[in-house]
Amino acid sequence: MSRFNKKGSREMPEMNTSSLPDLIFTILFFFMIVTTMREVTLKVKFTVPAGTELEKLEKKSAVSFVYVGPPIDQLRATMGSGTRIQLNDKFAEPAEIMDFVARERSTMSDQTAQTISLKVDQKTKMGIVTDIKQVLRKSWALKINYSATRRN
Amino acid sequence: MAKEKRKVPGLNATSTADISFILLIFFLVTTSMDTDTGLARRLPPPPEDENSEAEIDVKERNVLNVKVNSLGQIMVNGDMLDISLLCDRAKEFVKNENNDPNLPEKHAKNIPLLGMCAVTDKHVISVQTDRGTSYNVYFQIQNELVRAYNELRDELSKAKFGKLYANLTEEQQEAIRGYYPQKISEAEPKNYGGDK
Repeated sequence: MSRFNKKGSREMPEMNTSSLPDLIFTILFFFMIVTTMREVTLKVKFTVPAGTELEKLEKKSAVSFVYVGPPIDQLRATMGSGTRIQLNDKFAEPAEIMDFVARERSTMSDQTAQTISLKVDQKTKMGIVTDIKQVLRKSWALKINYSATRRN
Repeated sequence: MAKEKRKVPGLNATSTADISFILLIFFLVTTSMDTDTGLARRLPPPPEDENSEAEIDVKERNVLNVKVNSLGQIMVNGDMLDISLLCDRAKEFVKNENNDPNLPEKHAKNIPLLGMCAVTDKHVISVQTDRGTSYNVYFQIQNELVRAYNELRDELSKAKFGKLYANLTEEQQEAIRGYYPQKISEAEPKNYGGDK
Protein backbone atom coordinates (compact mmCIF):
# COMPACT_ATOMS: atom_id res chain seq x y z
CA MET A 1 0.00 0.00 0.00
CA SER A 2 2.69 2.39 0.96
CA ARG A 3 3.90 2.07 -2.50
CA PHE A 4 1.20 4.42 -3.73
CA ASN A 5 1.41 6.69 -0.80
CA LYS A 6 4.67 8.41 -1.30
CA LYS A 7 4.60 11.53 0.73
CA GLY A 8 7.61 12.98 -0.84
CA SER A 9 7.67 16.29 -2.62
CA ARG A 10 4.28 16.20 -4.31
CA GLU A 11 3.71 19.54 -5.89
CA MET A 12 1.49 20.28 -8.85
CA PRO A 13 3.57 21.28 -11.79
CA GLU A 14 2.49 24.72 -12.85
CA MET A 15 0.77 24.88 -16.16
CA ASN A 16 1.77 27.67 -18.40
CA THR A 17 -1.43 29.52 -19.17
CA SER A 18 0.03 32.65 -20.61
CA SER A 19 -1.19 31.79 -24.11
CA LEU A 20 -4.73 31.04 -23.03
CA PRO A 21 -6.05 34.61 -23.48
CA ASP A 22 -4.71 34.64 -27.02
CA LEU A 23 -6.44 31.39 -27.72
CA ILE A 24 -9.73 32.68 -26.49
CA PHE A 25 -9.37 35.90 -28.38
CA THR A 26 -8.90 33.89 -31.52
CA ILE A 27 -12.15 32.07 -30.87
CA LEU A 28 -13.89 35.33 -30.05
CA PHE A 29 -12.77 36.94 -33.28
CA PHE A 30 -13.76 33.90 -35.25
CA PHE A 31 -17.30 34.09 -33.98
CA MET A 32 -17.44 37.84 -34.34
CA ILE A 33 -16.70 37.47 -38.02
CA VAL A 34 -18.92 34.49 -38.63
CA THR A 35 -22.09 35.60 -36.91
CA THR A 36 -24.54 37.96 -38.49
CA MET A 37 -26.34 40.03 -35.98
CA ARG A 38 -30.04 40.51 -36.28
CA GLU A 39 -30.24 44.25 -36.57
CA VAL A 40 -33.97 44.66 -36.32
CA THR A 41 -36.16 44.25 -33.31
CA LEU A 42 -39.12 42.16 -34.25
CA LYS A 43 -42.48 43.77 -33.89
CA VAL A 44 -44.48 40.96 -35.41
CA LYS A 45 -44.84 37.40 -34.28
CA PHE A 46 -44.36 34.68 -36.79
CA THR A 47 -43.80 30.97 -36.97
CA VAL A 48 -42.54 30.10 -40.41
CA PRO A 49 -43.86 26.92 -42.02
CA ALA A 50 -41.85 23.72 -42.11
CA GLY A 51 -40.76 22.10 -45.35
CA THR A 52 -38.50 19.39 -46.67
CA GLU A 53 -37.02 20.79 -49.87
CA LEU A 54 -35.24 23.79 -48.45
CA GLU A 55 -32.16 25.52 -49.66
CA LYS A 56 -29.72 27.57 -47.65
CA LEU A 57 -29.98 31.27 -48.07
CA GLU A 58 -26.71 32.35 -49.58
CA LYS A 59 -25.04 35.74 -49.83
CA LYS A 60 -26.34 37.21 -46.62
CA SER A 61 -25.28 40.69 -47.65
CA ALA A 62 -27.74 40.69 -50.54
CA VAL A 63 -30.75 39.62 -48.53
CA SER A 64 -33.52 41.89 -47.29
CA PHE A 65 -36.17 40.64 -44.96
CA VAL A 66 -39.89 41.22 -44.99
CA TYR A 67 -41.70 40.08 -41.89
CA VAL A 68 -45.39 39.35 -41.93
CA GLY A 69 -47.53 38.37 -39.00
CA PRO A 70 -49.66 39.66 -36.14
CA PRO A 71 -48.08 42.31 -33.85
CA ILE A 72 -46.30 41.11 -30.73
CA ASP A 73 -48.28 41.01 -27.52
CA GLN A 74 -46.95 44.33 -26.18
CA LEU A 75 -48.14 46.17 -29.28
CA ARG A 76 -51.45 44.44 -29.59
CA ALA A 77 -53.28 47.15 -27.68
CA THR A 78 -52.21 49.86 -30.11
CA MET A 79 -51.86 47.93 -33.34
CA GLY A 80 -54.66 45.38 -33.09
CA SER A 81 -54.22 41.73 -33.91
CA GLY A 82 -54.53 41.85 -37.69
CA THR A 83 -51.70 40.78 -39.95
CA ARG A 84 -49.03 43.43 -40.37
CA ILE A 85 -45.94 43.87 -42.47
CA GLN A 86 -42.68 44.91 -40.89
CA LEU A 87 -39.82 46.40 -42.85
CA ASN A 88 -36.67 47.11 -40.90
CA ASP A 89 -37.90 48.61 -37.66
CA LYS A 90 -41.37 49.77 -38.42
CA PHE A 91 -44.72 48.65 -39.67
CA ALA A 92 -45.48 49.32 -43.29
CA GLU A 93 -48.16 49.08 -45.93
CA PRO A 94 -47.65 46.85 -48.97
CA ALA A 95 -47.07 49.89 -51.21
CA GLU A 96 -44.09 50.97 -49.09
CA ILE A 97 -42.23 47.82 -50.01
CA MET A 98 -41.29 49.38 -53.33
CA ASP A 99 -39.31 52.15 -51.63
CA PHE A 100 -37.83 49.69 -49.22
CA VAL A 101 -36.60 47.44 -52.02
CA ALA A 102 -35.07 50.37 -53.90
CA ARG A 103 -33.35 51.66 -50.77
CA GLU A 104 -31.97 48.26 -49.89
CA ARG A 105 -30.81 47.72 -53.42
CA SER A 106 -28.86 50.97 -53.52
CA THR A 107 -26.76 49.85 -50.56
CA MET A 108 -25.82 46.54 -52.13
CA SER A 109 -22.69 45.88 -54.09
CA ASP A 110 -24.13 43.11 -56.21
CA GLN A 111 -27.55 44.42 -57.10
CA THR A 112 -28.57 41.55 -59.35
CA ALA A 113 -28.23 39.13 -56.48
CA GLN A 114 -30.78 40.92 -54.36
CA THR A 115 -33.00 38.42 -52.62
CA ILE A 116 -36.06 39.11 -50.56
CA SER A 117 -36.61 36.67 -47.76
CA LEU A 118 -40.25 36.47 -46.79
CA LYS A 119 -40.68 35.52 -43.19
CA VAL A 120 -44.37 34.94 -43.11
CA ASP A 121 -46.45 33.50 -40.33
CA GLN A 122 -48.12 30.19 -41.12
CA LYS A 123 -51.58 31.46 -40.40
CA THR A 124 -51.37 34.46 -42.69
CA LYS A 125 -53.95 34.61 -45.45
CA MET A 126 -52.66 34.40 -49.00
CA GLY A 127 -54.28 37.72 -49.93
CA ILE A 128 -51.64 39.82 -48.21
CA VAL A 129 -48.83 37.56 -49.38
CA THR A 130 -49.98 37.95 -52.96
CA ASP A 131 -50.16 41.72 -52.55
CA ILE A 132 -46.56 41.70 -51.39
CA LYS A 133 -45.52 39.52 -54.28
CA GLN A 134 -47.18 41.80 -56.79
CA VAL A 135 -45.34 44.80 -55.35
CA LEU A 136 -42.07 42.90 -55.44
CA ARG A 137 -42.66 42.04 -59.07
CA LYS A 138 -43.28 45.68 -59.89
CA SER A 139 -40.09 46.73 -58.15
CA TRP A 140 -38.11 44.07 -60.02
CA ALA A 141 -37.11 42.18 -56.93
CA LEU A 142 -37.77 38.81 -58.48
CA LYS A 143 -35.62 36.54 -56.38
CA ILE A 144 -37.55 35.64 -53.32
CA ASN A 145 -37.24 33.04 -50.64
CA TYR A 146 -40.05 31.67 -48.55
CA SER A 147 -38.36 31.30 -45.22
CA ALA A 148 -39.03 27.99 -43.50
CA THR A 149 -37.69 25.52 -41.02
CA ARG A 150 -36.65 21.99 -41.78
CA ARG A 151 -39.02 19.16 -41.12
CA ASN A 152 -38.37 15.45 -41.33
CA MET B 1 -0.66 13.56 13.72
CA ALA B 2 2.16 15.96 13.75
CA LYS B 3 1.07 19.38 12.66
CA GLU B 4 3.82 20.24 10.35
CA LYS B 5 3.66 22.67 7.53
CA ARG B 6 1.55 20.72 5.11
CA LYS B 7 1.70 22.34 1.78
CA VAL B 8 -1.69 22.74 0.20
CA PRO B 9 -1.20 23.21 -3.50
CA GLY B 10 -2.79 26.55 -4.42
CA LEU B 11 -5.42 26.25 -7.05
CA ASN B 12 -4.47 28.23 -10.06
CA ALA B 13 -7.42 30.51 -10.64
CA THR B 14 -6.04 32.77 -13.32
CA SER B 15 -7.76 30.85 -16.09
CA THR B 16 -11.24 30.82 -14.60
CA ALA B 17 -11.87 34.22 -16.10
CA ASP B 18 -11.00 32.85 -19.47
CA ILE B 19 -13.19 29.83 -18.98
CA SER B 20 -16.12 32.04 -18.19
CA PHE B 21 -15.33 33.97 -21.32
CA ILE B 22 -15.59 30.81 -23.34
CA LEU B 23 -18.95 30.09 -21.82
CA LEU B 24 -20.14 33.61 -22.45
CA ILE B 25 -19.11 33.49 -26.07
CA PHE B 26 -20.62 30.07 -26.48
CA PHE B 27 -24.01 31.27 -25.33
CA LEU B 28 -23.80 34.47 -27.32
CA VAL B 29 -23.16 32.46 -30.43
CA THR B 30 -25.74 29.76 -29.98
CA THR B 31 -28.55 32.19 -29.34
CA SER B 32 -28.14 34.19 -32.52
CA MET B 33 -27.00 31.48 -34.89
CA ASP B 34 -30.04 30.96 -37.02
CA THR B 35 -29.12 29.69 -40.43
CA ASP B 36 -31.74 30.86 -42.82
CA THR B 37 -33.32 28.25 -44.97
CA GLY B 38 -36.26 28.46 -47.27
CA LEU B 39 -37.77 27.72 -50.63
CA ALA B 40 -36.15 29.82 -53.31
CA ARG B 41 -38.52 31.10 -55.97
CA ARG B 42 -38.32 33.42 -58.94
CA LEU B 43 -41.21 35.74 -59.62
CA PRO B 44 -42.17 36.49 -63.20
CA PRO B 45 -41.15 39.95 -64.40
CA PRO B 46 -43.83 42.64 -64.18
CA PRO B 47 -46.29 42.82 -67.08
CA GLU B 48 -45.37 45.34 -69.74
CA ASP B 49 -48.86 46.64 -69.95
CA GLU B 50 -50.69 47.38 -66.75
CA ASN B 51 -54.05 46.19 -67.98
CA SER B 52 -53.27 43.12 -69.98
CA GLU B 53 -51.64 40.47 -67.93
CA ALA B 54 -49.94 38.58 -70.75
CA GLU B 55 -52.11 35.61 -71.51
CA ILE B 56 -49.84 33.10 -73.07
CA ASP B 57 -51.79 30.52 -74.91
CA VAL B 58 -51.08 27.12 -73.49
CA LYS B 59 -52.72 23.93 -74.62
CA GLU B 60 -54.95 22.39 -72.07
CA ARG B 61 -53.00 19.17 -71.87
CA ASN B 62 -49.89 21.09 -70.91
CA VAL B 63 -51.33 22.64 -67.81
CA LEU B 64 -51.71 21.14 -64.38
CA ASN B 65 -54.15 23.34 -62.56
CA VAL B 66 -53.69 23.26 -58.84
CA LYS B 67 -56.41 25.20 -57.11
CA VAL B 68 -56.72 25.76 -53.41
CA ASN B 69 -59.74 27.19 -51.69
CA SER B 70 -59.89 29.10 -48.45
CA LEU B 71 -60.46 25.91 -46.48
CA GLY B 72 -57.21 24.45 -47.74
CA GLN B 73 -58.84 21.89 -50.03
CA ILE B 74 -56.87 21.10 -53.14
CA MET B 75 -58.25 20.48 -56.58
CA VAL B 76 -55.98 19.26 -59.36
CA ASN B 77 -57.41 19.45 -62.87
CA GLY B 78 -60.88 19.03 -61.48
CA ASP B 79 -60.27 16.26 -58.96
CA MET B 80 -60.17 16.80 -55.24
CA LEU B 81 -56.84 15.54 -54.00
CA ASP B 82 -55.11 15.14 -50.69
CA ILE B 83 -51.81 16.97 -50.36
CA SER B 84 -49.93 13.71 -49.82
CA LEU B 85 -50.84 12.62 -53.34
CA LEU B 86 -49.91 15.90 -54.99
CA CYS B 87 -46.24 15.01 -55.38
CA ASP B 88 -46.96 11.79 -57.29
CA ARG B 89 -49.56 13.49 -59.43
CA ALA B 90 -47.10 16.23 -60.36
CA LYS B 91 -44.39 13.68 -61.13
CA GLU B 92 -46.70 11.70 -63.36
CA PHE B 93 -47.70 14.91 -65.10
CA VAL B 94 -44.19 16.20 -65.73
CA LYS B 95 -42.76 12.83 -66.71
CA ASN B 96 -45.52 11.62 -69.04
CA GLU B 97 -43.82 8.28 -69.40
CA ASN B 98 -46.20 6.63 -71.83
CA ASN B 99 -46.84 9.67 -73.99
CA ASP B 100 -50.42 9.88 -72.81
CA PRO B 101 -52.42 12.33 -74.95
CA ASN B 102 -53.89 13.87 -71.80
CA LEU B 103 -50.51 14.66 -70.33
CA PRO B 104 -48.08 17.30 -71.61
CA GLU B 105 -46.81 16.90 -75.16
CA LYS B 106 -43.26 15.81 -75.74
CA HIS B 107 -40.77 17.59 -77.91
CA ALA B 108 -37.52 16.32 -79.25
CA LYS B 109 -34.78 18.43 -77.77
CA ASN B 110 -31.04 18.16 -78.11
CA ILE B 111 -29.50 18.42 -74.68
CA PRO B 112 -25.73 18.39 -74.27
CA LEU B 113 -24.52 15.24 -72.49
CA LEU B 114 -27.92 13.59 -72.85
CA GLY B 115 -28.38 13.72 -76.61
CA MET B 116 -31.76 13.81 -78.29
CA CYS B 117 -34.56 13.28 -75.82
CA ALA B 118 -38.28 13.75 -75.80
CA VAL B 119 -39.02 16.23 -73.05
CA THR B 120 -42.15 17.85 -71.78
CA ASP B 121 -40.68 21.32 -71.68
CA LYS B 122 -43.97 23.01 -72.54
CA HIS B 123 -45.68 21.94 -69.34
CA VAL B 124 -46.84 24.41 -66.74
CA ILE B 125 -47.97 23.79 -63.21
CA SER B 126 -50.29 26.57 -62.27
CA VAL B 127 -51.03 27.24 -58.64
CA GLN B 128 -54.07 29.30 -57.93
CA THR B 129 -55.03 30.26 -54.43
CA ASP B 130 -57.89 32.04 -52.83
CA ARG B 131 -57.22 35.22 -50.91
CA GLY B 132 -58.34 33.40 -47.79
CA THR B 133 -56.06 30.39 -48.19
CA SER B 134 -53.63 30.07 -45.35
CA TYR B 135 -49.99 30.61 -46.15
CA ASN B 136 -49.06 27.29 -44.63
CA VAL B 137 -51.19 25.33 -47.10
CA TYR B 138 -49.73 27.32 -49.97
CA PHE B 139 -46.23 26.67 -48.72
CA GLN B 140 -46.83 22.94 -48.34
CA ILE B 141 -48.09 22.81 -51.93
CA GLN B 142 -45.01 24.61 -53.18
CA ASN B 143 -42.92 22.24 -51.13
CA GLU B 144 -44.60 19.17 -52.63
CA LEU B 145 -44.18 20.50 -56.16
CA VAL B 146 -40.50 21.20 -55.62
CA ARG B 147 -40.18 17.73 -54.15
CA ALA B 148 -41.71 16.27 -57.31
CA TYR B 149 -39.12 18.03 -59.44
CA ASN B 150 -36.27 17.08 -57.14
CA GLU B 151 -37.27 13.44 -57.18
CA LEU B 152 -37.57 13.39 -60.96
CA ARG B 153 -34.17 15.01 -61.32
CA ASP B 154 -32.62 12.59 -58.90
CA GLU B 155 -34.11 9.64 -60.78
CA LEU B 156 -32.78 10.92 -64.07
CA SER B 157 -29.32 11.69 -62.77
CA LYS B 158 -29.12 8.26 -61.15
CA ALA B 159 -30.04 6.64 -64.46
CA LYS B 160 -27.72 8.75 -66.59
CA PHE B 161 -24.75 9.53 -64.36
CA GLY B 162 -25.15 7.14 -61.45
CA LYS B 163 -25.17 9.93 -58.89
CA LEU B 164 -27.66 12.11 -57.13
CA TYR B 165 -28.44 15.47 -58.69
CA ALA B 166 -26.71 17.36 -55.91
CA ASN B 167 -23.42 15.54 -56.55
CA LEU B 168 -23.26 16.23 -60.28
CA THR B 169 -20.98 18.72 -61.96
CA GLU B 170 -22.30 22.07 -63.06
CA GLU B 171 -22.73 20.98 -66.70
CA GLN B 172 -24.45 17.77 -65.78
CA GLN B 173 -26.86 19.63 -63.54
CA GLU B 174 -27.58 22.01 -66.37
CA ALA B 175 -28.41 19.09 -68.65
CA ILE B 176 -30.76 17.60 -66.08
CA ARG B 177 -32.39 20.96 -65.59
CA GLY B 178 -32.87 21.17 -69.35
CA TYR B 179 -34.64 17.83 -69.25
CA TYR B 180 -36.88 18.74 -66.33
CA PRO B 181 -37.25 22.52 -66.24
CA GLN B 182 -39.08 23.80 -63.19
CA LYS B 183 -42.22 25.55 -64.35
CA ILE B 184 -44.48 26.59 -61.56
CA SER B 185 -46.61 29.56 -62.42
CA GLU B 186 -48.59 31.55 -59.96
CA ALA B 187 -51.89 32.89 -61.05
CA GLU B 188 -53.59 35.82 -59.41
CA PRO B 189 -55.66 34.73 -56.47
CA LYS B 190 -59.37 34.53 -57.03
CA ASN B 191 -62.03 35.03 -54.50
CA TYR B 192 -64.04 31.96 -55.26
CA GLY B 193 -64.01 30.50 -51.79
CA GLY B 194 -66.21 33.21 -50.41
CA ASP B 195 -65.01 36.02 -48.18
CA LYS B 196 -63.36 34.88 -45.05
